[in-house]
Amino acid sequence: MTAPRPQTATTIDLQQVVKRYGSHTALDSVDLTLAPGELVALLGPSGCGKTTALRCLAGLEDIQEGRILMDGVDVSATPIERRDIGIVFQAYSLFPHMTAAQNVGYGLRMRGVGRAERETRVAEGLELVGLAHLGERFAHELSGGQQQRVALARAIVTRPRLLLLDEPLSALDAKVRVSLRDEIRRIQQELGITTVFVTHDQEEALAVADRVAVMRAGRIEQIGSPEDLYRTPANPFVADFVGLSNRVAGIVDADGFAVRGERLPVLGAPALGAGVALVRPEHVRLAATGIAATVVTSAFLGSIRRTTVDLGDGTIVAVQHDASEVHEPGDAVHVAFTGAPVVVEPSVDHGEVAAA
Amino acid sequence: MGDRHPVGRGRGAGQLLGTALGLTPFALLTLCFLAIPTAIAVGSAFVGDDGLTLDAIAAILSPTVLGSIWASIWVSALTAALGAAVGALVCLALLGLPPTSLVRRIVDAASGTLAQFGGVMLAFAFIATIGIQGLVTVWMRDALGIDIYSGGVWLYQVPGLILPYLYFQIPLMVITFMPAVDGLRAQWAEANASLGGTRARYWLHVGGPILAPAFLGSLVLLFANAFSSFATAAALISQGGQIVTLQIRGALVSETVLGQEGLAGALALAMILIMTVLMWGYSLLQRRTERWQR
Repeated sequence: MTAPRPQTATTIDLQQVVKRYGSHTALDSVDLTLAPGELVALLGPSGCGKTTALRCLAGLEDIQEGRILMDGVDVSATPIERRDIGIVFQAYSLFPHMTAAQNVGYGLRMRGVGRAERETRVAEGLELVGLAHLGERFAHELSGGQQQRVALARAIVTRPRLLLLDEPLSALDAKVRVSLRDEIRRIQQELGITTVFVTHDQEEALAVADRVAVMRAGRIEQIGSPEDLYRTPANPFVADFVGLSNRVAGIVDADGFAVRGERLPVLGAPALGAGVALVRPEHVRLAATGIAATVVTSAFLGSIRRTTVDLGDGTIVAVQHDASEVHEPGDAVHVAFTGAPVVVEPSVDHGEVAAA
Repeated sequence: MGDRHPVGRGRGAGQLLGTALGLTPFALLTLCFLAIPTAIAVGSAFVGDDGLTLDAIAAILSPTVLGSIWASIWVSALTAALGAAVGALVCLALLGLPPTSLVRRIVDAASGTLAQFGGVMLAFAFIATIGIQGLVTVWMRDALGIDIYSGGVWLYQVPGLILPYLYFQIPLMVITFMPAVDGLRAQWAEANASLGGTRARYWLHVGGPILAPAFLGSLVLLFANAFSSFATAAALISQGGQIVTLQIRGALVSETVLGQEGLAGALALAMILIMTVLMWGYSLLQRRTERWQR
C-alpha cells in the first residue's frame, strides 16, 4: 500500500496567546513552539485551557492577544477552512449520512480533488488506519474505535500542515484506547505531521508525545520530554499530575529534605522549613530495616506489585516493588527511601509526619 | 436449568397481561373512534338505498366535488410548504441557543400553544382583526384609505384560509422540527470547516441532508393537518363546500339535499387515498435514508 504522501512538516509557534471568555482568562500568555513533525501533548485537568489552546490553533476560537504562526506566517486571523489543518474530535464527529469512504473523501471533495484521485486517496487513507474493508459502512455500523480511525483517516487524507487531536481516545474502552493510541503515534511518525494531542490522561500523553506541556489555569506549567517531566518536575503540581506521588511531610533545610531520619535531595529551590515532598512509589522500597509500617493493601500489577503501607501516624505511602514479594494487609514491614531527588511544596500541616 | 422455564414463563405471562391491560383503553379508543367510524364511512361509499352501488364514487367526479378536493389539496400543500419553510427558518434561527434559554422557552411555549390554536377561536380572531368589520380592516380603511377587501371578501373564501392555517402550521413545524435541529452536532460543522468546507457547503452537504428526512416528515404532517382541518374553515366559510371537509359536512347535514351519506363516505375514502399516496411517496424517499438513520 501507499501511505498518504508525507508533508513538508510545519513549524507552529504560539506567542503570548491570550484567550478570554468575559472575565475568565482561558489562556494566559501561552508560548508554545512545535518543531516540524513533532507531537506535543497538552496535558492537564479539566478547565486548564488545553482544549481552548487547540481550538485557537484550529481557528475555531479567536484570540484576544498574541500571535499564532505556521511556518513563520501569522495565521491568527485566518479562518479555519484556510488554515489547512486536520482535526480528530473526541467522538461523534463523523457525518452520519455518509459512508466511511465518503467521510474520508469529504475534505478532498471540498478541495476540488477529482473523483479518480479522490478514490485512490480515500482507499489509501482507509488502508492506513486498517479499515480498507469497511469503507461502505455508515458511522452507526462501526464501533467507537473504528469511528475514530475513520475520523483520523478523514483528518490526514488531505495532507494537512497540522494535525489536532482533541481527546480522541477518551470515549473508548481501555483496550481499544491503548491500541489506537499506538496506532496514532505510528501513523503520525510515518507521515511526519506536526501534531497537537490534547488529553487529560497522563499515561496517554507520556506514551505518545515527543514532548508534553502540562497546563494549569490557562498557563503552561512545564514543557519537556516525558522523561523530564517525570524525573524532574518543575513544581509540585507537575509532580502530582504526572505519575503517582506519595505526599510525605518533612523539613527543608540547607542539606535537603529531612524525613523520618533520612535526608533526600530536592529539585529546585524550595522554601526552607516545613514542607511536603512528592515521592514516587518506585522511590520507596521495602527494606529489612528503616521506617516501621503496616501493610494496608497490596495490588498485583503484572510484573510489579504496589503495596500501600501506613507509617504509623496515618500517613499512607505506596511502595512499588517486585511482584514476587507478597505481603498481606496487617503485616508489619519496614520501608526506606531510595534517595531519588524530590519536589517539595510548602506545608500547611506541620504535624503530618514527624520530620526527623 | 429446569426450574428456570416456569419462572420465565410466569414472568412473561404476567408482563404480557400487564401490557395488554395497559393498552386496552387505547385499543378501545382507537377501535370505537377511528377504526369503526372509518369502516362505516368507507363502507357507506358503496352502499345506497338499493344495496351496493358505485353512484357515490361516481359523484366524486362531478366538477364541484373535484374542485373542492383540488382546493383542499392546494391550500394544504401551500400552507404546509409555507409553514414548513417559515417554521424551519425559526428553528434554524434558534440554533445554538440552549433549550433552557429564555428565548427558547418562550418560543417553545408559544409554539406548543399556537399549534393547537385552531377552530372557531382562530376564525374569530381573524374575523375580529381582519374581517370585513375587523379592527385592523376598519382602521386601515379609515386612517390609511386602504380597503383590503376591494377585490372581494377573500377571508371568507378558500384563499382566506391560508393566513389562519399558517397561524397554526408554523408553530406546529417549530415543535416537530426543532428536535431534529437540536440533534445537529457542533462537531459536524467544525469538521466541515476544518476540512475546507464553507458554511454554505455545510448546509448543502451535511446539515441539509441530515435534516431532510425530518423536514419531509414534518411537511407531510403539516399537509395532513391542513387537509383534515374542518372547524377553522367551517367558521370562516359558512356557505357551500369549498374544501373537501366542508363538502363532507354538506353531504351529511345539508338542509336542502338529503341522503348523501354515501357521498360523504366516498369523500372520506378519497381523503384516505390521497394521504395514502402521500405517505407512500414519503416512504419511498425515506427508504433512501433509512440505513444511516438507524
